[in-house]
Amino acid sequence: MRLSLNGGPLEVPEGPTIRDVLAAAGMEDQRGLAVAVDGEVVPRSEWGHSTVTEGQQVEVLRAVQGGCP
Amino acid sequence: MNAANPEKLEIAGRVFESRLIFGTGGFRSLEVMREALAASGAELATVAMRRVDPSARGSVLDVLEAAGVDVLPNTAGCYTARDATLTARLAREALATNWIKLEVIGDERTLLPDGAELVTAARQLVDEGFVVLPYANDDPILARRLEDAGCAAVMPLGSPIGSGSGIRNPYNISIILDRASVPVILDAGIGTASDAAVAMELGCGGVLVASAISRAREPVTMARAIRLGVAAGRLAHEAGRIPRRLYAEASTSFEGIADLGPSSSADRPLRG
Repeated sequence: MRLSLNGGPLEVPEGPTIRDVLAAAGMEDQRGLAVAVDGEVVPRSEWGHSTVTEGQQVEVLRAVQGGCP
Repeated sequence: MNAANPEKLEIAGRVFESRLIFGTGGFRSLEVMREALAASGAELATVAMRRVDPSARGSVLDVLEAAGVDVLPNTAGCYTARDATLTARLAREALATNWIKLEVIGDERTLLPDGAELVTAARQLVDEGFVVLPYANDDPILARRLEDAGCAAVMPLGSPIGSGSGIRNPYNISIILDRASVPVILDAGIGTASDAAVAMELGCGGVLVASAISRAREPVTMARAIRLGVAAGRLAHEAGRIPRRLYAEASTSFEGIADLGPSSSADRPLRG
């Protein structure tokens, strides 16, 4: 199935958890990540069982340098 | 502001030795940022939240952690209360802090805060248990609104972000200071050390500096200069400056002045 990850397409096997999506995108090792699905934050404690469905928009953010731009 | 530590900055019950908050944006490398951070003496540094780039090398968080500096996430780049509140929640999740420097920008050219969206977002985030530090206009009424919304500090701008124009309206900053019962942190517009000193002399609790350090020709040296400017300005504030006067006021009495003989009329001082 296909979903949107950070604005780009990502192909993953059916019914992936957030953790599966992060692994498929090569992001699972990074620290300080946060995930939103369709504009709602998914707490880290739910990454192992919360699943993503076809067409949903997944945003994975982390802290970067930035004060006033 | 704080009876127990009159000379320290206190925000939401936390006491800081340094009155300089460090913006991490704009450095040409993490190494330069690390050195400038050390030179600044700051204990709190802002970070932005952005999409993960799997190819990115090095992490600002690693640098801050190694330096023992705490993270203050911001909502830089948000134009609506909705985006800002969502970004704040993501930051809390990613960084395990409920502190947020709330930025809601009105337009790209000025990067000035959108007051209406800012107050909406501040109320929402305070309700959700955040310690909210809002980047605001130098508007005394907006500052009151933000304080009433439960913000832990207010952060009025001196001038637009990155403009390096210092404090364009010190009178407004003074009015904000006079009426605020939360710390006032000057945010945006600092161009050099003297601007930071002016902010502190006015009575600000602290300053946030990013571009003035990161885009200086020598960021590490400028970080030190601004650290000293903040310290000097704070000391001057505590010392109490003399009033500005139109006319001179002699520091030495004229009493007991010697009579050194008659002078020609051309040498006599003018009267009145």
